[in-house]
Formats: sequence, structure tokens, C-alpha cells
Amino acid sequence: MYDFNYQKPSSVADAVNAMKAASDGKVLAGGQTLLPTMKQRLASPSDVVDLAGCGDLSGISASGGSVTIGAMCTHAAVAGSSDVKGAIPALAAMAGDIGDPAVRARGTIGGSIANNDPAADYPAACVALGATIKTDRREISADDFFTGLFDTALAEDEIIVSVSFPAASKAAYEKFKQPASRFALVGVFVAQGSGGARVAVTGAGENGVFRVSAMESALSGNFSAGALDGASVSADGLNSDIHAQADYRAHLVGVLAKRAVAAAG
Amino acid sequence: MPDGATNTGIGASVKRVEDKRFLTGKGNYVDDINRPGQTYAYILRSPHAHAKINSIDTSAAKSASGVVAVFTGEDMQVGSIPCGWQVDSADGTPMREPGHPALAQGKVRYVGDQVAIVIADTLDQAKDAAEKINVDYTPLKAVVDLRDALADTTLVHDEIETNISYDWAIGDKAEVDAVFDGAAHVTKMDIVNNRLIPNAMEPRAAIGDFDRASGEYTLYTTTQNPHVIRLLMGAFVLSIPEHKLRVVAPDVGGGFGSKIFHYAEEAITTWAAGQIARPIKWTAERSESFITDAHGRDHLSHAELALDANGKFLGLRVETAANMGAYLSTFASAVPTYLHATLLAGVYTTPVIYCNIKAVFTNTVPVDAYRGAGRPEASYLLERLVDRAARETGLDQVDIRRRNFIPSDAFPYQTPVALAYDSGDYEATLSSALKLAEVDGFAARKAEAAGRGKKRGLGYSTYIEACGVAPSAVAGALGARAGLYESAEVRVHPTGSVTVFTGSHSHGQGHETTFAQLVSDQLGIPIENVDISHGDTGKVQFGMGTYGSRSLAVGGEAIVKATDKIISKAKKIAAHVLEASAEDIEFAGGNFTVAGTDRSMAFGEVALTAYVPHNFPHEELEPGLDETAFYDPANFTFPGGCHICEVEVDPDTGTVEVVSFTAVDDVGRVINPMIVEGQVHGGVAQGIGQALLEGCSYDEDGQLLTGSFMDYAMPRAHNLPSFKVATEETLCAHNSLGVKGCGEVGAIGSPPAVINAVVDALADMGVTDVAMPATPQTVWRAIQTAKS
Amino acid sequence: MPTVSMTVNGKAVSGEVESRTLLVQFIREHLELTGTHVGCDTSQCGACVVHVNGEVAKSCTMLAVQAEGANVTTIEGLANGDDLHPMQEAFRNNHGLQCGFCTPGMVMTAVDLANKNKNPSEQQIREGLEGNICRCTGYHNIVKSVAEGARNMGG
Repeated sequence: MYDFNYQKPSSVADAVNAMKAASDGKVLAGGQTLLPTMKQRLASPSDVVDLAGCGDLSGISASGGSVTIGAMCTHAAVAGSSDVKGAIPALAAMAGDIGDPAVRARGTIGGSIANNDPAADYPAACVALGATIKTDRREISADDFFTGLFDTALAEDEIIVSVSFPAASKAAYEKFKQPASRFALVGVFVAQGSGGARVAVTGAGENGVFRVSAMESALSGNFSAGALDGASVSADGLNSDIHAQADYRAHLVGVLAKRAVAAAG
Repeated sequence: MPDGATNTGIGASVKRVEDKRFLTGKGNYVDDINRPGQTYAYILRSPHAHAKINSIDTSAAKSASGVVAVFTGEDMQVGSIPCGWQVDSADGTPMREPGHPALAQGKVRYVGDQVAIVIADTLDQAKDAAEKINVDYTPLKAVVDLRDALADTTLVHDEIETNISYDWAIGDKAEVDAVFDGAAHVTKMDIVNNRLIPNAMEPRAAIGDFDRASGEYTLYTTTQNPHVIRLLMGAFVLSIPEHKLRVVAPDVGGGFGSKIFHYAEEAITTWAAGQIARPIKWTAERSESFITDAHGRDHLSHAELALDANGKFLGLRVETAANMGAYLSTFASAVPTYLHATLLAGVYTTPVIYCNIKAVFTNTVPVDAYRGAGRPEASYLLERLVDRAARETGLDQVDIRRRNFIPSDAFPYQTPVALAYDSGDYEATLSSALKLAEVDGFAARKAEAAGRGKKRGLGYSTYIEACGVAPSAVAGALGARAGLYESAEVRVHPTGSVTVFTGSHSHGQGHETTFAQLVSDQLGIPIENVDISHGDTGKVQFGMGTYGSRSLAVGGEAIVKATDKIISKAKKIAAHVLEASAEDIEFAGGNFTVAGTDRSMAFGEVALTAYVPHNFPHEELEPGLDETAFYDPANFTFPGGCHICEVEVDPDTGTVEVVSFTAVDDVGRVINPMIVEGQVHGGVAQGIGQALLEGCSYDEDGQLLTGSFMDYAMPRAHNLPSFKVATEETLCAHNSLGVKGCGEVGAIGSPPAVINAVVDALADMGVTDVAMPATPQTVWRAIQTAKS
Repeated sequence: MPTVSMTVNGKAVSGEVESRTLLVQFIREHLELTGTHVGCDTSQCGACVVHVNGEVAKSCTMLAVQAEGANVTTIEGLANGDDLHPMQEAFRNNHGLQCGFCTPGMVMTAVDLANKNKNPSEQQIREGLEGNICRCTGYHNIVKSVAEGARNMGG
């Protein structure tokens, strides 16, 4: 790891200022992705701005049919939250199956979303549930937030404050783990919300999370696994690597989507 | 007695002596050691699989902050890293053995090859400085695939003009071919034994130290055999005589073969410590381990089995290409030949066998022994072939094996491939495993699984292996460049406690417990009074180390022999004190007694007499009670057994779940059942890992694609079931303990059982073979191919 | 260079570190508590697991400065003098370790698991060990150890 200037501001506003002042700043949330990247000398930020001191980024609350999760909430906190379990049990279950206990104890929702790893779980949840990402300066819908591989709509110095998820009447996430990293080889999050059925896929797409409109239309009148019979995903635009070729990933999307719909009840 | 246990002798599951220090963070691994004035090394490695080095500019690195020294191959002109076993080709020519430099000499031959060492006050400084080294490479075409390498169009070593190190054979090809011509049935298979990365949890590390006053070097290293390293590095690479070179292998965090070999980093840190006269610590990062620890397996075979109309095996012929990687590692040449081809009789009476082995260089990490070393490749090949033969001839999997077993009254049994088995009872392990695996209930379980949309399968493996390579004279005649004995010193202290110095090395096997059990049992003294010392050439007389499941069968036997000498001398001392003849002294329960009398001396009293020799037979004996023995076995030992795997396959995703795994092994006499079971568990986990999860993958340019735990799938807790493990005992006929060895049986027997189970599960879908590792995608594809 | 202060195994400690110093480096090199191990560089093997403010953390994936003011427990802080912690005792009793290298992290994870689930099932134990790799035991005896340790911690 290259050395850097470590900063620990006590508010989001100070953190934004620190990022603005840094020549090449990086925001440190849980550090479960940033630190391994820096250890491999794949990133060399001038400044690391640790959000752990920003008290305004924690807390989970449910109100008016949605649940709002502070950006620095850990996966363990989300998994264990009675508000999340009450409003969207599938979201709590998804958070409880990210990484391993140590990763869940430190990794955060804000960090995961801001990083937008193409194999991460949260992007699928955000997109399927129609979440809204609140930053220090604006609100961004999940559909607009995830813009590509490790790429988001966030400005360089923009910091996520919280994520709001509207409750869904039905929702479930099915993850097929890459055998080594245990990240999602393919993950499918399905939800039946006020805006209709949504199907979001992570792990498979060359550009990260994507929605499957054919499946969404099939489910819109009939939210059942049977409705997905015949609905398939093209292998075009899907990842191929040593763990799975695109055709296998495409096949898994179909299998997992059905299983998720069945699990959503 | 620990935990109030009443029995600590042979056969007791004594809790391990070493556990307390490991459980409280008091283990002492190489990276835990810090020497005064220590520096830190970073080794700059080749990013290319094959390249010419035009020049290396280290000037900026040398002047970087904290840097003590930078050395390249130009600075380090020493001997070549040797290979420990010479294999001759079938035409009698010796294997081709190109030079194996510690630091690259003008060329690099795999990604990870050592190019320079940067030594600094801190590791970060060394790494920072390494980025300032400018190496001018001309990349060359790399040869990565075994088949490509066999074509010899791209050469790893220009000077030998081929990629084939040797072309070796065993058996009479004409005789075997004739048998095939007359066979009722021939089963043929192409079989790949997937390349593995050992991944002991402790990354390799080395600390080189040099004492300017005495001229003595010390190397602290993560090795399974410190004396072997001292010999190879001292005599062949650095020309340091043994009395000026101490090699210490303290607590070592797992080896599985990968820490047998003499590695370049050991020589580099030792040599460089002499140059700078300061200690140098090097510790591999895991991603560095992936590209520098010797890999395992990597065989490409075509195998054919000839059967008569009754399913009796008539003959076997095998052609194997074995990947050596870029250089011949310490035991690499022996693995596909003497540890693989000679095992191809398995537990069967196959009368004639021919096997040809081509050892092939590629631009990849050197390949050498990994848990089982050749024997897993043999058992996989044979047991897949037998499984296929049964399916083709319509015979039951158990029946075909029983028809061909070497019967239990046929021992000693001479196989057609050199080995002579001394003992075994394959029917006993099979029938015991059939019960333990509840094979009778399988049909019902399969039907139940089918109701859930899952495919159940049952797979068998009845295997043999060979441990404790021996005797030295035979190994030497076959090309071994070392002896294969073991040594022990049993030092009785004046008040009767004992320190045993063994040349074996424990890196997880629990020798400090098992060996203490042996000595405690033999001398009739409490186990707490026995300490086992190992892993330091400055303390232990000599040793060949631990590999090939040899520690108990060879190292333990050496301890028994040394202890026998102690007892023999002690009897003479007791006889003198008790005024009897030595022949009349009986030793039992820690007491020396004149036969038929109540005149007796305790072991401790004899020890004291030996060291305070006031009343002592000086004319006949020297004072003291300290004996050394070297034991060179008469033969290998031959553990064997039956593994039965039950899997459930999800045909929609290809996911394989091992729902049950049964291992019944014959490892000879069991000294500590708890430790034996633990060894079997670990071996089986690695075997299931090979079968379902682990596979090393390179791209065509020689870049390792499975270069970290992110891409190389290690078995984790939820990939595995709890195992059903039992032993059946036939005693080794040529050692006094009757022990055979248990460290590798799990890894040798299990992979074919797993794959046979997967094939069984999918057989009704038309699947006849699934490659290792049977990942979900591989299985799913096998199903799709069978469907189409 | 930043100075960090924290409590490790009940003792107040502090030291000068670089910003890039990892918590595990601080523990191993500055405090010379070498029971915490480093087995990988991709945050997967779990040999470095410690407790930070009562939660499991991979100390190779945390900066020392992030532990400022924290209460850290390492494997050395588990036993009470010569008396092993019930989880340590259970590992010894069930042969839950062989080479010992993964053991400190494995035990620290197991203690956390048992703290949160007094009577874990085999399945829960296996899933709870997702972040800890052992190459020696095949996990069979580790699972037994964790079950027994959890029982004895709860009792």
C-alpha cells in the first residue's frame, strides 16, 4: 500500500470539503473493498477520508412505507434490523448473506453502492426495489445511479448519506455464488412493488446491474414462477470468465429468477 | 496424565501436546521471528511467462529511502538449484536437467520467476524501491499448454532442444499390446488430472542470517525437511559446508508437500545475508505464493483397460504427459514415474501393465509433489477407468472390484509394476465402507431426491498407495540422489525425563504427541516426561524430513530403534546394579526386574546411575544414556482402503453437493486414532476440493488466472459434510510398529469416488464423464452435451 | 506520522504508525502479538480475525488508525491466565486444529459466532465459518469444536 494522508472528519459537510481539497481523495467507509485494492497497489489516493466519524450517516428508520438506511450502516446492521426485516425481509436476508461475518461487521451499504462492483448484491436490491440514493447534495433514483462497471452517477467529491427503499409486497433475492470469491456469479432480485414487478440482475452483466424487461412484463400480470416459463435472457452482453461463460450465466438468470419469484411467495 | 486420561500409550486418542501454544497465539512460525538488526526483502518477479532480460537498471532503487542493497542474477553467481531424483528415459539417456538459477540469468521462464531482491529497513520501503527497478525485457512466445509443449515448436530451454525432460516407461509394451488384442472388452479414456495449488495456510517465509564472527549462516525457513534444505542449498547452490550452515524450521503452518522443496528464496536470503551481514526476512504474500509455490498434479493421460468376458482385468496401458513447469523442482521427476506409474496395479490382480511417461517443460510454475504426489493421479486414473468399465460391461461397481481384488491371502504380492505389497485386506475395507455408507438405503434416498428434482449418485474408489519410499539402496538404483532413511536420538536425562530428537518434521501432524506416545509406551514413563525436538539442524543429528506419509513408518520406527538401544543399555546397567546377568533382566512398566525375583530398578534410577556412575559397569559400558538410530526400511508401506461418496446434483444449475462421504482406510496400526481421523478428514477435504472446486488456470500467455483466493476456490466449511471415517487394520509386515501411514490416504482415495458419484448421478441423462473440478458450469455443460 | 491509541487485550497501548499501517501490522509488529496471522492478501482466509469493539474484524482489512480508541481483543487475550477460554478448550478437546496457523482467526470467529448464537446448528456453524479457511482439518473437527465451545460458553 502506498502511504496517504488520513483524514477523519466529523460531519458529511467536512468530509465533502476534505474530498474537494484533496488532489486524489478516496472516501473510506467500511474499507472492505478499498483497502484490499490499495494493498495491491491498484489505487494510490493522496487522501483517504474516513467517514466513521460522521455521526449523521448511521441509523435505520422505517416510515411511510419505506425504510431508510444510513450510508455507514453495516451489512450486519441491516441484516439484523427489525425495521428492515419488517418492511423488506428479502433485503435483510440479502445483507445477511454478503461476504462473511467479518465483512458484514465492517462493510457498509454506502460503500457497496458507491463502489458498484458488478458482482455486488446491493445494486440488484436497489434497482429491483426502486431505491432512492440520497447524497450530500441530491437524490438519485437507483435506475440512474448505477452507470457502469465500478461507475456511478456520483461526482468525485459526492458522498452518499442514505438509501431509501420503498417496501415491496413481494420480494426475494437468489444468489448463485462464484465458487472462489463467493461474490455473486449471478444474483437475481425480484420485487413486486407499487410500480409493478421488477427483476434486477447482478454478477452477469458486462456493465453491471441490469433489469430484465421481458421478465418484468411476464410477471406484471401474474407474479408467479410459471409466468417466467419461456422467458430467457440473451447471453449477449453478459460476462464470460473462467468461472462461467455468458451462456451459462444467461441460463442461471432464468433459473434464479424463477426461484426468486417462487421464494417471494 | 492429560485431562485425567488413564491411557496415553499406543492406541489412545491422547490430546495434542502442541495445541495449547497454537490456541493461545504462542506458536512460533517463521514470520513471528525477528532477528536483531533485521532487514526486509521484497523479491521482484517476472511479469512475463517467457522473456529475455536485456538489462536491469537498479540504480534508482539502490538510492531509494531505506534501501540497504539490491541484487540481481548478475550479482548472485552461485550453483543451480538441484533436482533430487534422476530419471532415465526408456532409451537409457538421463533426464534433461536445464539450469535452475535462484535469480534469473538472462531469461525468465514463468510469471513469478525471481529477477531481483530489494533489501530495505522496512518492507514498504523495499516494495517502494522495487518499483524503481527498470528491467528491459524482450517478451518471447510462451508455451503453456502441455499438448503445445509436446510439439516442441516453442522451447522453454533452448539449450536442451526439446521440452521433454524424459520419456520413461515401465512394463513390456509388446506383451501388453498382445493382451489387448485378445481381450473381450477394452475400456478407453482420456483423463486429465487437474493442476492444483497447495495453499498451506501459512505462506512461505525465510530469514537469512549471517554471523560475521563465526562465519556461520542460519536460515529460518518454512520447510518440511530442514536437513534436506541444508544439504541441497549448502552443497549444491551456495557452497556452504554443513558445519557453517544451520537451518531452522520452527512451527510450520501446513505443507502438503509444497514445503519439501528447496526454493530460490531460501538461497537468495541466505546468500544476501552474507553479503550485507545483516538478517533478511522475506515472507510471501498469498498472491506471491500462488505464482511461486510448486503446483501439484497436472497430468494428461490416455488409459486403456482390457477385460475378459467375466470382467477380469487382463491388462492396462497408459500414456501420460506430466507437466514439470519451467524447471525441475526437488522431487518433480519422481512423481509421475516412481510414485504414479508404479501404483497402477492398484488393489487389483491386473497381470500386465505398461505405462509411458513424458515429463514436459512449460512456461509455468514448477510442478512437484502435493499431498499424495503421483498416487492420487494413479488412483484417479484407475478408479475412473474401472467405473467406466463396469458401466460399459454392465457389471455392478462393487462386483467388478471384488472380481479383481488381490485376495487377502495373496500377500506378499508382487505387482507387474515393480512394487511388492506386504499386506492388505481390500475386501475388509470395502465391506466395512458399504455398511458405514449405508449403501443398502441408497435406492430409497435416490428416489426421495428425485422427488425434489435432484439427481443422487453413489461413487466408489478402492485404492492403494505407497508410503515411506524405501529402501535407500533401491531408491538409489532408481535415481534418487538421497537416502530415504530417518534418524532419531533418544536422550535420557539424568533424572529420567527424555528428549527425542527426530529428523521428521511436524507441520500439523502432531508428532510431538504421537512420538511422545511411542516413547512413553516403550519406556513406561509418563508422557509428560517426553519432549519431542525437531526442525533444527543445530539440534537434531540428521533427518530426511516429512513427506510421503513417512513420519511414523520411517521416523517413528527410528525412534523405536533408538529406544530399543536405550533399553538394551539400561538392562546392562540394571543388571550390574542388581548383580544379575543382563539376559535375566526383564523390562516392563518402566521397571527393570531380575526375572523371577522382586529385585527391581525403576527407569529413573537406571538413568541416574548412567549419569552418576558410581556403581557402574565401566569396563563394559560408557556412562550416559543417549542413543541414536538410523532406520532404513525394507520396503514401502501400502495403506489402502475404500471411499464411498454420495452426491446430489441440481440438474438446473449443475451444483454438486457432497451429502455423505465415507472413508474406511487401512493405515496399519493406529497409534493415536484422534490424529489419524484428523489426517483423513483433511486429506478427504483436499480430495473433494480437487474433484469439485480447485483448478489452476493459465491464459495462453502464461498469466495465472487463478492467482488468488478470489479465483482459486478453496474448500470452505459449508462445501463439505461431516465425514464418516473408520479404519481396518492389517499390519505392515516389515516394521515393528506395523504402521503404514495416514497423511495422504484421504487425498488419494477421494477424488475418483466423488467424480464416480457425479457420473452415477447423471448416468441416466447420458453423461459418461465429468472433468475435475466438477464446478457447476462444468457439470451443467456435461448435461447439455449429453442432451444434444 | 499519526499516533494511535487503543486498548488491546485490556491494556492501553499507543504507537506511531504510518497512515497505511494495517491493524494487523500494528498488532504483530508494534505490539509483538504474533498470534494474529496473515494468510492471504485478499481478505478471505480469516487468519487475522480479531475483535474490535466486540465485533469480528479482519485486521488485514483495517487500518491501524481506524482502530483509534477501540477495544481490541486478539487470540492472546482470550485465555484467563493458564485457563483456556471454553472455545479454546473445545478446539483442543475435539482436535479442531492441526498446523495451528488458521486457528487464532478461527477461534476468534467461533467465539463471536457463539456470542450471537448460543446453540448453533451444524449448518449455522458451517455458514458462520464462511470467512475462515482451514487447509488441514477438513472442518469436521472444527465444526464439532465450535458446537462444544458454544455449549460451554453458554453454560
